[in-house]
Amino acid sequence: MSAAEKTRPGDPAYNFGYLDEQTKRMIRRGLLKAVAIPGYQVPFASREMPLPYGWGTGGIQVTASIIGPHDRLKVIDQGADDTTNAVSIRRFFQRVTAVETTEETAQATLIQTRHRIPERDLTDDQILVYQVPIPEPLRQLEPRESECRKIHAWQEYGVMHVGLYEDIARWGHIARTYDYPVMVNERYLSAPSPIPKFDNPKMTRMAALQLFGAGREKRLYAIPPHTDVRSLDFEDHPFEVQHWDEVCGLCGAAESFLDEVILDDRGGHMYVCSDSDFCRHRREQGHRGAMAGHEAVRGLTEQAS
Amino acid sequence: MTSFAQGLAQGAPQPGFGDAVFDSQASFRALLDALARPGEIRAMTLPLTAPAPLSPAATALALTLFDHDTPVWLDAGAVVGEVPGFLAFHCGCPVVDETERAAFALISAPAAMPPLHGFAVGEDRYPETSTTLVIDVQALAGGTPVRLSGPGIADVAVVAPVGLPGAFWEQMRANRGLFPLGVDVVLAAGGQVLGLPRTVRSEV
Repeated sequence: MSAAEKTRPGDPAYNFGYLDEQTKRMIRRGLLKAVAIPGYQVPFASREMPLPYGWGTGGIQVTASIIGPHDRLKVIDQGADDTTNAVSIRRFFQRVTAVETTEETAQATLIQTRHRIPERDLTDDQILVYQVPIPEPLRQLEPRESECRKIHAWQEYGVMHVGLYEDIARWGHIARTYDYPVMVNERYLSAPSPIPKFDNPKMTRMAALQLFGAGREKRLYAIPPHTDVRSLDFEDHPFEVQHWDEVCGLCGAAESFLDEVILDDRGGHMYVCSDSDFCRHRREQGHRGAMAGHEAVRGLTEQAS
Repeated sequence: MTSFAQGLAQGAPQPGFGDAVFDSQASFRALLDALARPGEIRAMTLPLTAPAPLSPAATALALTLFDHDTPVWLDAGAVVGEVPGFLAFHCGCPVVDETERAAFALISAPAAMPPLHGFAVGEDRYPETSTTLVIDVQALAGGTPVRLSGPGIADVAVVAPVGLPGAFWEQMRANRGLFPLGVDVVLAAGGQVLGLPRTVRSEV
């Protein structure tokens, strides 16, 4: 064993980042093409990972291909750092890379996410990696991959508008609340992954690079920084995000995405920020919601260890 | 196609990265950033002994991205001498004669380079199957300013590389007209790179 190998970070039984170098090269080449064609889904030879499809294998492969020993990694699942998927993925990267991890959005150089974009604005020196279950926004309307490819190639996106119009005809409004289709750089229709539509406006002209990985579907795509991302809508039915009548029970935030938490079996419930780091920062700054300090919410505010 | 034996017949190749895992990772991040933010100059991982006539940055790019899956086209200056043996030994990539078959093209003498449209521009259903050109220029700054806009650029970026052929920016505009098809370009000088993905709009 050479001196360099002895000082190599991470579990010595694995290559740095788990993937072998040839796999990383293949994914890296795919990512460069993805960046050059914003919103286009680049096929890649997705590998078996040590956790099942659906647990973020696409995002993990993207992160594993770009992460270096000087990165600070943050992993979130539904906005929170202490949920099952986030904890297991963070532990995986601690084991195979030994990189520093953080829960602070502002401190992270690399953020892997499932289903949310952090509330805090991301910066030029950050990369956001999305875990994507279904990268094809047309999949529910056109099951054939060969047809979807033609639709994207020739920009024949009428079928998507018909799908949204059917919502209006049936419900009076566009009923999609998550994975709301977007047009990237006014060229490719893309799936933002199942983030709530509340987060869609954060995608446009974001300072950070956004990378998307779908493991089971074997697709990579990207949105470069400062790129236009438009949520589809109609003139008479403009795109709107969710609003709540309540505020966060812990920090009182009225501007963040809220999750409903059931407190007991008698109908007791409250709303809390889905972004746990955002909520903690606000509490540290002295903001208090109606339920702050209440016995019923002790488990929500204590640090998970 | 240059065989492994022919390549090695040129003599022992220069060493590659000091640490293949971490040097290629750092180089890749520089490239990713360069292509995601056209106009911004990024440093590749060095030190590295580059095979003549390639720049250290173009060499680092080759070591980071080339392997048996990437047919590579070499220009007249690179196809003779140390480069084919270096690539055969470190990357194992096939070297091809036809520009339109190349996943990557290494261009050491841009004055004599073939036009951009001579390379693979991809297919409408698979636009990623286009050539990425790596062009060694004299310098990445100090030349005639060119204004860039497009994805990855907040407003306008100004670049001024030295040593590109006169028709280059006109060809880049034609390349932009093919979008989503088109070649992607990485300019290299010394240890630095500048990305010009197919999305850039340029104005001399």
